[in-house]
Amino acid sequence: MRKVWDIHGGVHPPESKTQSNHCAIASIELAEELVLPLSQHIGAPSTAVVTVGDRVLKGQLIAEAQGLISAPIHASTSGTVTAIEQRPIAHPSGMTADCIVLKPDGLEEWIEIDACNDYKALEKTEILAKIRGAGISGMGGAGFPAAVKLNPRPNQKITTLILNGTECEPYITADDMLMREHANEIIAGALLLAHLLDNPSEILVGIEDNKPEAIATMQAAAENTAVEIVVFPTKYPSGGEKQLIEIVTGKQVPSGALPASIGIVVQNVGSAFAAWRAVRFGEPLISRVTTVVGESLALQRNIEVPLGTPIQHILQQHGWQQENAARLIIGGPMMGYTVESPLVPVVKTTNCILAPSRQEVPEQPPAQPCIRCGMCAEACPASLLPQQLFWFAQSENYEKLREHDLFDCIECGACSYVCPSNIPLVQYYRASKSEIRIIDADKQKSDRARVRFEARKARIEQAEAEKEAKRVARKIAAEQAKRLADEKKALAGPQGTATTTSSELADKASTAAKPTDVDPATELAKLERALSSAQSRQERATASLTDMQREDPDNTARIESLQARLKQAQLKVNEAEQKLGSFKAAQNSVVATETIIKQKLTSSPLEQLQKSVDTIGKRLTTARQKLAEAEAAGTPTVEALRQGVAKLQQKLDTSERELVEAKAATSTASEVATEVNSDHNKTLSAADIAIEKAKAKAAAQANMSDTEKRAAQLTSLQSRLTKARERLAKAEAENNENIDAFRIGVEKLEVKLAEAKEDVKEKA
Amino acid sequence: MAFIKITSPHAHKPGNTGSVMQTVLLATLPGIAVLTAFFGPGTLVNILLTSLFCLAFEAAFLALRKKRIAFYLKDYSALVTAFLLALALPPYAPWWLIATGSLFAIVIAKQLYGGLGYNPFNPAMVGYIVLLISFPLEMSSWPAASPTLSDGAQLPGIIATLQQVFLGVPIDGYTGATPLDLLKQNQSQLISDLYANTSAFNQGRWAGAGWEWVNLAFLGGGIFLLYKKIFTWHAPIAMLASLGLLAALFYDGGSSTSSGSPLFHWLSGATMLGAFFIVTDPVTSAVSVRGRLIYGALVGALVFIIRVWGNYPDAMAFAVLLMNFAAPFIDYYTKPRTYGHKSGPKSQA
Ligand code: SF4
Ligand code: SF4
Repeated sequence: MRKVWDIHGGVHPPESKTQSNHCAIASIELAEELVLPLSQHIGAPSTAVVTVGDRVLKGQLIAEAQGLISAPIHASTSGTVTAIEQRPIAHPSGMTADCIVLKPDGLEEWIEIDACNDYKALEKTEILAKIRGAGISGMGGAGFPAAVKLNPRPNQKITTLILNGTECEPYITADDMLMREHANEIIAGALLLAHLLDNPSEILVGIEDNKPEAIATMQAAAENTAVEIVVFPTKYPSGGEKQLIEIVTGKQVPSGALPASIGIVVQNVGSAFAAWRAVRFGEPLISRVTTVVGESLALQRNIEVPLGTPIQHILQQHGWQQENAARLIIGGPMMGYTVESPLVPVVKTTNCILAPSRQEVPEQPPAQPCIRCGMCAEACPASLLPQQLFWFAQSENYEKLREHDLFDCIECGACSYVCPSNIPLVQYYRASKSEIRIIDADKQKSDRARVRFEARKARIEQAEAEKEAKRVARKIAAEQAKRLADEKKALAGPQGTATTTSSELADKASTAAKPTDVDPATELAKLERALSSAQSRQERATASLTDMQREDPDNTARIESLQARLKQAQLKVNEAEQKLGSFKAAQNSVVATETIIKQKLTSSPLEQLQKSVDTIGKRLTTARQKLAEAEAAGTPTVEALRQGVAKLQQKLDTSERELVEAKAATSTASEVATEVNSDHNKTLSAADIAIEKAKAKAAAQANMSDTEKRAAQLTSLQSRLTKARERLAKAEAENNENIDAFRIGVEKLEVKLAEAKEDVKEKA
Repeated sequence: MAFIKITSPHAHKPGNTGSVMQTVLLATLPGIAVLTAFFGPGTLVNILLTSLFCLAFEAAFLALRKKRIAFYLKDYSALVTAFLLALALPPYAPWWLIATGSLFAIVIAKQLYGGLGYNPFNPAMVGYIVLLISFPLEMSSWPAASPTLSDGAQLPGIIATLQQVFLGVPIDGYTGATPLDLLKQNQSQLISDLYANTSAFNQGRWAGAGWEWVNLAFLGGGIFLLYKKIFTWHAPIAMLASLGLLAALFYDGGSSTSSGSPLFHWLSGATMLGAFFIVTDPVTSAVSVRGRLIYGALVGALVFIIRVWGNYPDAMAFAVLLMNFAAPFIDYYTKPRTYGHKSGPKSQA
């Protein structure tokens, strides 16, 4: 005798098995209509391959599996497809689902099937294909496609195959009867499955000791084979997959893992039987043994019934006193679920139809408070603390529920069974589990969004940091260039010859000062676009908020959310403005530095001053114009602009004053130079005077390069405009929300281009 | 026709919380009988009065909280509280003392926390402690057990009892020191001398006249409850074991400073009542098996410590209330290992 282990907890509800296992498996009249749901298994529903009006033969494929975890469906008898539509199905949620409705013709005409005398001659993949093609899915309850479990990952060596003949649920005797009547085929099936799994070292069939006949026939059938029958004491829920594994092997399946991870595969005896029929005879799964039981029936027994037979038809064949029954249970009293309609059909997983009388399964008395008696914890096969889970479920403390391993609950119902306060504990666990699943899904979604958001933020920050770095680099480069020039001048001064022309130096300085890879104009356009799109978003938000406040002022939640949106939009606008502002400032400073350097290298102090007065004047004009525009439009930038204007005005004043002073003291240029350059704090040496000789030439060159530059600028502006127009067109076609931004960008470019053209013409 | 939709399981073990409580009540009967036999009708009057008050308070508060009165009264939990409080109080306690105790037990300790199942402290013990602290005199005047009565004296009759309880007419010479008091007050005698010289001991067999039988009767009731699977053995046995162990450690060979033998502690005061009827109160104890072992053992240890080194003669109520405080922590650290998990909750917490 093999050692068996005990599991924690468990209960001993009345077995109630004798009323149904006293006679052989019977069969009943064919129903007038068979309803075959497309989803009778865990996984993707299959897809119908027949259409309404088709005549089908018994065993013909009528719906094909979708993907790996799915199972095909076959016609249970010959007849005509009369409908493919939503029908109520046997499911805990009481839902309807797509079904193929078949009207039998009573001929039982089989489709051609191909038998196989020696499966060992076949490739394993062929056998697997046969099992998959026969539509076999777990027949004990959940309905997991059998072929998937029989095809473990290559790195998982299966050492133990267990057939589950426990049938620990009260009332159900379908497997009991199957083992009594088809022991040889079950054993053959076990060997077949073992062959598929590369002959695991142990092939076990677990049976509870309350089925002596089944044990005897199975033992006889297993004699001289590798199959071992393991008998253990009756206790609910020994037949749970995890529990059975612990009972016969002493091992526990790690939480959240599959049995295959510890080298174990469990199949129901019914599935082994069906697999054998499928491989040996080519029969698809089109019927099953079902226990029909309950005191509202005159006749209680097991029947072999074609899949799709409506339960009502079966019950009527068993002398059903409908008025005597308050509920209809699919499955046993511990884990079965009620169905509201007797029209639901028998499917691959229907192991029992329980139609109890009102006295047999009375209504639950109302729940009393939990007295923390701990009986539930003693009964729990998963070693959970059901009373704590209940406590946390009531207070919706999902954190604690997880901590207390809610998801290791197998919903066996043992805790509810023993609870003296009649608390429907399992119901609470189911509800909490689905609640947590929903929360998790939501969280995953928002996590993804957050990751995206953070990545974007990081990108922006990085870009800004790079910009900053470049700015610093430019400054340093500019300073270096200037120092270089100064040194050069100092060197060249006394000798009166310049080895390097100052224009070359100027070019060098300007290259050094220019950002190398970002075109400032593009960047500027981008920022402007961002600003204008943020502004339009803000406008929209304001509009919808006003609408909402007018139309539905009571909807505070919505209004609040709109307000939040507006706030966000405002923040965005501010941010965009800031960025634009600082970018412009940076650009200005770049330009300014360049100009200054050039001026210093190429012009006399007086000219410099004149120039700077001119530029400042120009800038002031544009700034004023902008300010006026802003004031007219009432944009929030007015203040900043006004300040800018004031500053420029100041600068202009100083420069003009300096210019006047410089003109007055024009006789000694060097001194003037020292003076006017005071704001740069660089002492220009007498070398400046020497440099004047090279000035004329340099100026000409500078002019030349200027023209060239302008031409280049013009081309680039043109190409940018083309691109921007394309983008705008695309945005218009797509009705993109940035359309306004694009349009503004294009307009700006057009203006700039026009200006540039003017400029070139002027110069030419 | 649509059938009702109910989730599984559809089967239910017979019995409910009310029947559990009834069984507990039943199990107190031997103890009540022995108490009455040795101390007269005071215990019965106690029970009558606490039951009355407790049920009245419970019903009143259920009405205030707008609950279905009959439904909740049928869980018998108020009656269990009443019985336990009555058994803990000294017989012949004045009615107002009983009323106050019931008020605190039912209203403060139970209903204000949300009713049955939500009370962190054992209601009967809360009522008892409140009285002990507020009315130490009344609470420590235990009647003398019948074998220790002086010649000619008798247990109080029913008239005298009612007069004492309701009118405060004292019964002559009915109080006496309990064996726990005697041992505590013992200054110079060896235990064997104390046993030989004091009527409370020399009229008894093992641990004090009357008291030993009271405790044995409650032990009997407890064994009945164990047999009925009302609770598991873990908490009571752990409590008795730790109490006995400590007593053995400090027995000191029966010297004049001895704190008493294990047998003495087991069969004195409220030991057995506590072990099987109070420590086992499911609501306020730890939930897991390991937790209950720890809980029981600590109650036993506290009982011994308070009995020997504390200021109160008996310690059951204090020990239980202290451990009620600790129960949630014990729960936290003793969560059982779930199927398929490597360790308990600590790794996750
Ligand atoms: S069995 Fe019921 S009453 Fe007892 S602890 Fe569990 S949930 Fe609470
Ligand atoms: S339903 Fe869950 S909590 Fe209840 S006994 Fe079964 S496994 Fe334990």
